[in-house]
Amino acid sequence: MVLVGGYAAASEAALVGRVSLGFLGPLITLTAIFFAAHLLIRWLAPHADPVLLPAVAVVNGFGVMFLHRLDVADLKEHGTVKIPLFSGQGGRQLMWTLLAVICAVAVLAVVRDHRSLSRYAYTLGLAGIALMMIPAILPARFSSINGAKLWIRFGSFFAIQPGEFAKILLLVYFSYYLVRKREVLSLASKRILGIDFPRGRDLGPVLAVWLLSLMVLIFEKDLGTSLMYFGMFVVTLYVATERVSWLIIGLLLFLGGAFLAYFLGGTVGGPFANFYERADIWLHPFADPTNKGYQLVQSLLGLGTGGLFGSGPGAGRPDKVPLVQSDFIFAGMGEEIGLFGLTALLAVYLFIAMRGLRAAIGVRDSFGKLFAGGLSFTLGLQVFVIVGGVSKLIPLTGQTTPFMSAGGSSLVANWVLIALLVRISDAARRPADGSGAGRSGGPAAGGGPVKLQDLPTEMLRAGSASGHVGDKS
Amino acid sequence: MNAPLRRAGVVVLVLFGLLFANLNWVQAYKADDYRNSDYNPRVQISEYQHQRGTIEASGGVLLAQSAATGDNLKYLRSYPQGAQYAHLVGFKGVNLGSSGIEKLENAYLQGNADSQVTDRWLAMLTGKEPSGGNVLLTLSPTAQKVAYDALANSSVHKGAVVALDPTTGAILAATSAPSFDPNPMASHDTQAAVDAYDKLNKDSNQPLLNRAFSETYPPGSTFKVIDSAAALSAGMKPSDVLQGGPAYTPPQTTHTIPNEQGVVCPDQITLQQALTVSCNTAFSRLAVEKIGADKLKQTAQAFGFEKAPLIDQDSRNVMGVVASHTGSMLDQNGQVDQPTVALSAIGQSNVRMTPLQGALIAATVANGGSQMRPYLINKELTSDRTPTYVARPQQQSRPIDQSVASDLQTMMVSVVENGTGRKAQISGLQVGGKTGTAENGTGNPEHGWFIGFAMKNGKPVAAVAVFLQQAGLSGSGEAAGIAGKVMAAIARERGLM
Repeated sequence: MVLVGGYAAASEAALVGRVSLGFLGPLITLTAIFFAAHLLIRWLAPHADPVLLPAVAVVNGFGVMFLHRLDVADLKEHGTVKIPLFSGQGGRQLMWTLLAVICAVAVLAVVRDHRSLSRYAYTLGLAGIALMMIPAILPARFSSINGAKLWIRFGSFFAIQPGEFAKILLLVYFSYYLVRKREVLSLASKRILGIDFPRGRDLGPVLAVWLLSLMVLIFEKDLGTSLMYFGMFVVTLYVATERVSWLIIGLLLFLGGAFLAYFLGGTVGGPFANFYERADIWLHPFADPTNKGYQLVQSLLGLGTGGLFGSGPGAGRPDKVPLVQSDFIFAGMGEEIGLFGLTALLAVYLFIAMRGLRAAIGVRDSFGKLFAGGLSFTLGLQVFVIVGGVSKLIPLTGQTTPFMSAGGSSLVANWVLIALLVRISDAARRPADGSGAGRSGGPAAGGGPVKLQDLPTEMLRAGSASGHVGDKS
Repeated sequence: MNAPLRRAGVVVLVLFGLLFANLNWVQAYKADDYRNSDYNPRVQISEYQHQRGTIEASGGVLLAQSAATGDNLKYLRSYPQGAQYAHLVGFKGVNLGSSGIEKLENAYLQGNADSQVTDRWLAMLTGKEPSGGNVLLTLSPTAQKVAYDALANSSVHKGAVVALDPTTGAILAATSAPSFDPNPMASHDTQAAVDAYDKLNKDSNQPLLNRAFSETYPPGSTFKVIDSAAALSAGMKPSDVLQGGPAYTPPQTTHTIPNEQGVVCPDQITLQQALTVSCNTAFSRLAVEKIGADKLKQTAQAFGFEKAPLIDQDSRNVMGVVASHTGSMLDQNGQVDQPTVALSAIGQSNVRMTPLQGALIAATVANGGSQMRPYLINKELTSDRTPTYVARPQQQSRPIDQSVASDLQTMMVSVVENGTGRKAQISGLQVGGKTGTAENGTGNPEHGWFIGFAMKNGKPVAAVAVFLQQAGLSGSGEAAGIAGKVMAAIARERGLM
């Protein structure tokens, strides 16, 4: 928080020429939110990984303050610098942060044991698919923003991105499904070239998800989301089966699909044209720097201008980067905090993902392992997709930067994700002798736990010979 | 399931590793490219964030200044003297790039030069608004004005004047006609600026061209100064008798070289008299029979031919100075081609010279054979006018020795006092020089030239080259008149008359 506060003060100083107390409002609010969240987590999940929340809070705090800084710069153009607490982009984001943290705590309170989720796997999975498909089916008027049909729009200013929630719901289903099927998927195989390939009929679900992600790509015009879903599924599949072949098949399918879409987009056009254009911009951003390549070119120029050390908080011109408050927030920050700042920020993300994976390794049940692994990997993948996109490592896609970009859906969904990771890390770090049954004292889960625990633990014993209990790595 | 989870962790690590690597590429390796990209609006914004320094002629006459505006780019560049200094000062456009001193001294004017490091620190510590440094040029405002007006009022309105201080090499005046108004190019309305530039660029009179530095023309009879220098260096005296006459037919050809109309050149004529009346036949024969192609080329090179003079030691050559040439004077077989030597001696054939080179020749003769390095930047002053750079005059070559120089001075003074350059005379000063009338393609009117110097009590005051493009047979006389006026202005400014 001191870091975030320092950043906010410095940027305001650079922008306005003096430090007003205006930045303290959001800062105190943020501190209060995160402190309250910390206390609640201590209460609801006493054994949870203690560093997850602070790491997320740093990133979230920087996001809010960067948006606040954009407001300050914007208002300065019009002469005033007074911003009421919850107004402007920064204020909205602050509000969303509050809401997201409340949601996260609510999830923690409701989901007292992550295994209870697996009971609703089919319901949640279906809801996930429905959420994912809604924007594709809705007319563009209600679902299209900046060319990507990812949204459900309510009126002119409020829109949610159901895909952000769908990814968590789908992951519940994937994990559940794979825990049940993992033996079949991992044992029945043909060996070709030293790699175990699955039987043809077991490929069914993989192909189904592949088709689903291709449909997202085509109908929602979004490569990033489709890459996310697919990557998420392939990785959980791999973790469940321990078969490298799934990774290879997944990679080939995705690359094949993407290449096909690019090829078709170039020749046929139609639903593939958007993808083709994006890939083209990625390959040659400076071919049309003022029109098609404008976003990427300005993003690169912003990052480049920042250089090693950045121009300093408030001293850059992130307003020259289009969509800097959402998709390009990373480029906007990159100009001001430079390579070193971005590296630190990325390291925090990496840290969050790694702690998540650590929780996955530590937790004892298969469902928890898969679920936590999938969540952490998805988070890492999303950061990779968007940061890679704005820095021209991969084609640009309309992903939000988790915890930073302005946008409620993304913030809430990612906080829920963190809440689930916290819950799982709590389970993972709980002393082994403190029996799980003692924890699940909630009246709702009263009868369930015994039955629930049967399923995963049984799978665990049957599934792999290597013991996990007491694995501290 | 832990092993694949760890491997998934490795995958995440690799993905982030790729991100780090790519960010290093973008933010470190390519950073400079991106930072200075034409498409980067920050470049302009930051350049116009602080006040750019002024460019001044000697005596503090403002040639370029920046004034605060209300718009997004905080300062507007303007050029109070307009077209008079356009080719030297250049312009600084919002997205047109820059030229001339504006380009050469961009870093200093902007306040970013290495020499201004303490200035920047002070500005930061005291919280003062940083601003750029000022550049003081060697130009004499009166000489520049006289030269500019004289060209504008000349018969052809096309040409160039260069005036140097022979003892230092300081450029006192340099103007090219037609000129242009640089102010529209600095407009913050970038489209208007581009339109203005395009219009000038398409103008058939080529106003953007700096005829003083960037173009070579056949020098005509002014090249006889080089012939004379070669002959004197080889031991001849001004009083030595040459063979003149009305016509000369060089070996290996039937084409004869005549004298110009009205030139009286007897068969027996002294070297000094031949220069005074500008006798073609005597100099052509002298070059072919006595000097030879090699010696002629060597002498021209010693005076600076074949190598563009480095103004202000600027190796990038921002001012666009080009080299003067003598041509090889050889035939297809690599043998010396005597008819070409004969023509080259009178500044025709492939001999080409810039007006700047002409002024350098005259200055070298006036300065006793020592050629000073030409320079335009006198001082660099920080925003509080502390000098961080003061030009030090430097000799760049010594093509002739003192006695040859003094013989040449006498011969050139004779040209102005008794010969073709009478119009350059200034009462109270000793003026020497040489006229030139250069053919440039059949049917075209001849170029008019005058290169010369003014001395007071044996001390050089100024050296000048005047070039009038296709001014016809009377052009050289007109050029001599302009040279006289410019040198008189310089002498008057120094209180020498």
